[in-house]
Amino acid sequence: MTHTLKRVGPPLLLLAPSLILVGVFVYGLIAVNFGTSTTDIHTAAQTTGQEPSNTVWFDNYLDLLGNDAFQHSLRNLLLYTAVFLCGTLVMGFLWAWLLERPIRGEGIFRSIYLFPMAVSFVASGVVWRWLLNSGQDESATGLNRLFQMTGLDFLQNNWWNNVDYGITAIAIPAIWQLSGYVMALFLAGFRGIPDELREAARMDGATTWQLYRHVLFPQLSPVALSALIIIGHMSLKSFDLIMSISKPANYQTKVPAVDMYVFKSSFDYANAAAIGSILLVLVAVVVVPYLVRTNRRER
Amino acid sequence: MRVTHKTGSMVAGVAVAALTLGACSGSSNDSGGDSSGGGAGEQVEVFTWWAAGSEKAGLDALVNVFEEQHPDIEFVNGAVAGGAGSAAKDLLQSRLQANDPPDTFQAHAGMELLDYINAAQLQDVSPLYDEFNLREAFPADLMDLLTHDGQIYSIPSNVHRANVLWANSGVLEENGIDPNATYASLDDWFADLDALQEAGVTPLSVATAWTQVHLLETILLADLGADAYNGLWDGSTDWEGADVSAALEDFEQAMSYTNTDRDGLDWPEATQMVIDGNAAFNVMGDWAVAAFEEQGQELGTDFTANPVPGTDGVFDFLADSFTLPVGAPDEEGARAWLETVSSAEGQTAFNVAKGSIPARVDADPADFSAYQQTAMESYGQDTIVPSLAHGAAVPVAELNAITDATSRFTSGAADLSTFQSELAAAVAAS
Repeated sequence: MTHTLKRVGPPLLLLAPSLILVGVFVYGLIAVNFGTSTTDIHTAAQTTGQEPSNTVWFDNYLDLLGNDAFQHSLRNLLLYTAVFLCGTLVMGFLWAWLLERPIRGEGIFRSIYLFPMAVSFVASGVVWRWLLNSGQDESATGLNRLFQMTGLDFLQNNWWNNVDYGITAIAIPAIWQLSGYVMALFLAGFRGIPDELREAARMDGATTWQLYRHVLFPQLSPVALSALIIIGHMSLKSFDLIMSISKPANYQTKVPAVDMYVFKSSFDYANAAAIGSILLVLVAVVVVPYLVRTNRRER
Repeated sequence: MRVTHKTGSMVAGVAVAALTLGACSGSSNDSGGDSSGGGAGEQVEVFTWWAAGSEKAGLDALVNVFEEQHPDIEFVNGAVAGGAGSAAKDLLQSRLQANDPPDTFQAHAGMELLDYINAAQLQDVSPLYDEFNLREAFPADLMDLLTHDGQIYSIPSNVHRANVLWANSGVLEENGIDPNATYASLDDWFADLDALQEAGVTPLSVATAWTQVHLLETILLADLGADAYNGLWDGSTDWEGADVSAALEDFEQAMSYTNTDRDGLDWPEATQMVIDGNAAFNVMGDWAVAAFEEQGQELGTDFTANPVPGTDGVFDFLADSFTLPVGAPDEEGARAWLETVSSAEGQTAFNVAKGSIPARVDADPADFSAYQQTAMESYGQDTIVPSLAHGAAVPVAELNAITDATSRFTSGAADLSTFQSELAAAVAAS
């Protein structure tokens, strides 16, 4: 007994502060949030106990999921995530592939591609709000003006103001910011493949395509999966970029995180908490299988 | 090995101790700062979103008067910048929730306070109205709008008018429109807007969703009149009725004259379009006058400011006001601040600098600018109605629902009848 305590005690004591902090501030608050989401606290008076509140279990979730406006938000989130993911993966891979072979000035290109990631979403959002101005023809500014100047008038469009697909325009700055990061991941992946493998493939008479298809790509798939998870969960939580390009009330660019903010500022804590839980589940759907997989491999 | 084990547990122990100590000292510091009221060390934390521009200048002027009237109380500026007040409102919401209220905070007078009132976070200040003799100082219409179930929860510092139509005189003249003409009805106005649109000018500038709600409220006011407009908020006017349908059709028509990049702009950019001559008209509250004046524009020659067509004789008001939260650390300080805010001297100093007009009717117009004098005259004689877009008419949740419905309609995702039923549902919900 004392022996076990001596063996387990010190490490446990060392871990205790962070275990307690994570327990309270992450898992504890998730539990509180879930608790709030199962009540009918839709007004300020109920939060302070001036008026009674009841447990309504999953009514808030059912109401939200059945609501047209919230379905629009979810659809927007899905579109945004799809475009954001495809965009960063394609661009990131392309850049990494171009830089993979030793070329002159590689360091410079690498920095150029990576730099946008150093800018905060809020700061770049302000600039992209100007670039993505929806004025056309005479009142055109930003990218639309650039299209005019270069004779590409037909490309002018109203960007994020399209009520069905506008949200994908906001994925453009997101792709611009994070492609460099995905490039760095892929580049590390490429560099991690030993030269012997390529040489062996060449010796066996593989063409370049076959080399990529059967030797390099399989080695890169764990990297691609990591990129998918990292970008995917970032995209699901997107809020700051959307808020600084658009406004919380603009219907075109509503996503669940924006709805959560609006509910919170309306003192409707139950619905805000319910959206928080929905987002948590969405992210968990993406992240948990990945964690399980990694865990298994490490064993 | 024994040594390392010992060191390990010692390090852990020290870490735990340090964390606990840190937590303790943090909390004791906080309470020390808050409870230092009483005696000569009195101070008042005034929470506002007046952190820049003419608002900051107004607050500074008010603080000067406060320091003259109450030299023994220290003013602590709790201004929070950002998001046209939304950052401050977010923070205020959390502070009140955590029972850590400032001594007094700024809020739009009217229904915007209802959530805090219902949550029992505000004190009734009607005794102060008697103590400071304010019941006669403010117009009767305003007193009615401030009173909730016989109690009053805030003291207004200044008043703005929402139903103002701004126009660029030069643009109107170029297109053969008399800039000094006033329009009796929306239809007369729309005729001129048609002419401007044909001439290739943006007839009416508007910005993001809340400014569209602002335009909507002035059109509802124009078509329904003051009484039926007031009825929208107390349930006596039917949102699903034909009158409202007609008004919403007018709103749809007005929106058809506006700039297409509106959702990406905020009000200063929409007003700037009029100043720059890129648009002929703009409907905005009278804080816009500062933007014109700062750029050397003259009222009457370069730009005009008239009531929105069809709303002449009605003053669509919004007011900033100060409150007395339950559990204010220094209530005496807060009372002193409210006394300065409500005094004729304080209101004059504040409003001359900020560009709004005093909520009191006894201020001397000679101290104010040309536009402010016209606003003060209207304020003294017009019917006063509460603004929708600025929290006077409805609580926050209702306004958010109305704004969402408006954005849904103007972005093309909902048709007029859906819009109307969504508006009805938004107001009925609470």
